[in-house]
Amino acid sequence: MLSALLVMSGIAILLGAVLGFAAIKFRVEGNPLVDKIDAILPQTQCGQCSYPGCKPYATAIAAGEADINRCPPGGEEGIQKLADLLGVEFKPFGADTNAPKPKSVALIDENTCIGCTLCIQACPVDAIVGAAKQMHTIITAECTGCELCVAPCPVDCISMVVIEEKITNWKWKYPIYALTPAQ
Amino acid sequence: MTTLFKFHGGVHPPTHKAESTRTPIARMPMPAKLVIPFHQHVGNIAKPLVQAGDHVLKGQLIGLPEDGISSAIHASTSGTITEIGMQVVAHASGLPDLCATLVPDGKDEWITRSGMDFRESKNADVRQVLRLAGVVGLGGAVFPSDLKLRPGKHKVNTLILNGAECEPYITCDDMLMRERADEIIKGAEIMRWALEADEILVGIEDNKPEAIAAMRLAAQASSDNISIVAVPTLYPGGGAKQLIRVLTGIEVAAGVRSTDKGVQCFNVATAQTIYRAVRFGEPLVSRIVTVTGNVSNAQNLEVLIGTPVSDVVAYAGVLPDTDSYIMGGPMMGLPLPAASVSIVKAANCIIASSPKLFPPAPPAMPCIRCTRCAEVCPAELQPQDLYWFAKAREFGKAQEFSLFDCIECGACSYVCPSHIPLVQYYRFAKSEIWARETEKTAADAARVRFEFREQRIEREKQEKAEKLAAREKAAAEAKLAAAKIASAPAATPVSAPVDETQAKIQAAIEHARQQAAAIKPKNTEQLTPQQQAEIADIEARRARIHELASTEAESPKE
Repeated sequence: MLSALLVMSGIAILLGAVLGFAAIKFRVEGNPLVDKIDAILPQTQCGQCSYPGCKPYATAIAAGEADINRCPPGGEEGIQKLADLLGVEFKPFGADTNAPKPKSVALIDENTCIGCTLCIQACPVDAIVGAAKQMHTIITAECTGCELCVAPCPVDCISMVVIEEKITNWKWKYPIYALTPAQ
Repeated sequence: MTTLFKFHGGVHPPTHKAESTRTPIARMPMPAKLVIPFHQHVGNIAKPLVQAGDHVLKGQLIGLPEDGISSAIHASTSGTITEIGMQVVAHASGLPDLCATLVPDGKDEWITRSGMDFRESKNADVRQVLRLAGVVGLGGAVFPSDLKLRPGKHKVNTLILNGAECEPYITCDDMLMRERADEIIKGAEIMRWALEADEILVGIEDNKPEAIAAMRLAAQASSDNISIVAVPTLYPGGGAKQLIRVLTGIEVAAGVRSTDKGVQCFNVATAQTIYRAVRFGEPLVSRIVTVTGNVSNAQNLEVLIGTPVSDVVAYAGVLPDTDSYIMGGPMMGLPLPAASVSIVKAANCIIASSPKLFPPAPPAMPCIRCTRCAEVCPAELQPQDLYWFAKAREFGKAQEFSLFDCIECGACSYVCPSHIPLVQYYRFAKSEIWARETEKTAADAARVRFEFREQRIEREKQEKAEKLAAREKAAAEAKLAAAKIASAPAATPVSAPVDETQAKIQAAIEHARQQAAAIKPKNTEQLTPQQQAEIADIEARRARIHELASTEAESPKE
């Protein structure tokens, strides 16, 4: 009787120690789901989802506070990927979200720019170069097309330019062929 | 005799090669206008070196290779550059690209050319010559040849020259081997020297007996270990991986370079161009193009790079019912967006197409999973599964099924009983995957930049707060110290260091005074008594003023 009790309590203590050790040793920092969701989001950092960036939105989705259909730059494909990841139903864009737009980049009209630095402060990815009372310009390669710099500009010298199709970014189209009536 | 190996699958489409091999290679007459694209190779677009209005000579460098993978572009003849601008080029998209328009002056005047003896030169110098001569793979891949001749980590044992020319209709390599075999062999010697390879294998399909005979004859004159091997005619036996497999038995796996296996493969026309570039300093300004299909005089022409396709087909006598043109062969070729596009380095063949010659494909029917495509696939893929995934846009699955090992040879589409345009699906899937990868890289970069910015703003805030706290603390301490001084009446007198400096200053003043006293005024020896009296009077006044000044200066101190 006593030996059985000792053995059982011994096992319990041992397993408890192992579990306790594992909890410290293999502790996961942060929520891994947030990173997985963040990897799907397009990283435009545009805030159209009403969160201040992609990571906060990912955190909100992971916490169940936000819907998966709030990211227009990600498009419907992004919603589909989020739905697959989270095991939920696909949801079309809501009426309160902007419609997805073709990918574009900001362009500063350098003749009009007064060098106020407001756009530099607004850019979430530091893609604008300039200094006070000096002309500013966009680093096109780094611009995510978030449009956050457009509103603060006091002289409206920033416009969004749709990225046009060139040989370098051209894609083969999905094969579609016309159906002709049998002869 | 070398033992030959077999690759998986393959098809036997009708070859249609006899039509264009009846006459020797002819030189195409000078066209009225040349349109030379700056991007005719794999890699970065060449940087234009000329402006509209410039006069150029034949072989003059007009496009400088931009760093990394790139190649040079040259003026194909002497004349005037009339425009540098966007024009439709031979690309599946039909989109315009940067081109130079050259109006020939008819003189066809060369730049001064100087050849080199490669055996006396360094490998890097020869490669630089090839890079600036714009030599790229002429089999259709247009990869810069100088990069393929760079000695790598692995020793290259076998240099393979690809003269298989497996695609139907195309005969440009066949005719080149028949007529310029010695130049090809000499080019092969340069490549073998650069790669330090042991042997050269030339693979030629056995439906080209004249070419094989000519090459054997030329190879006999060479001191290198060259074997001309007739390989069985089987499409796509001219694919690099397939030819390597047939000639050496080496299977080049996915993601592995043939050089890692000790094999490097070049097209025969590339070898000839390398010879011309190294021996004579002639850049790549023309190439042999097969003009065939719906033309009255199917033949091979030596065409200047930049010649409009419409001129080339007109010279070969294009028939009136021609409705479109194909660049390359009927299996892998590219339907040209317009007849106005120009011949580029990749253009090995122009087929004039008519509804009679190539009737439109019957409508595609559903896949019946007969797996005939899998039987003929030279890359041993499962085309029916790849089709399924590409159609459903399941790109991850398609990649798992080795989509990127597909060489787009078209053997699967050729045998498909449902006439499904399989290769189009694979191309669509491939370009979607590439686009997604580009987007992913951009997104990752944006994430890093965003996070860094957040961090920086946070750090700046913290630093500001710390500075403010430090300033407040300093102010509080100063206040406290002031209060202490006020409360303590016995303030310490002037400190020692101040005293020391004061003493030094005093000493310096004393020294200067003594020096001034030591100097005696000159011209005072022979003075009249009257003058002496005047001086004494002035001195006395001066002394009084000094006395007065000193007493006045001292008075406020007291």
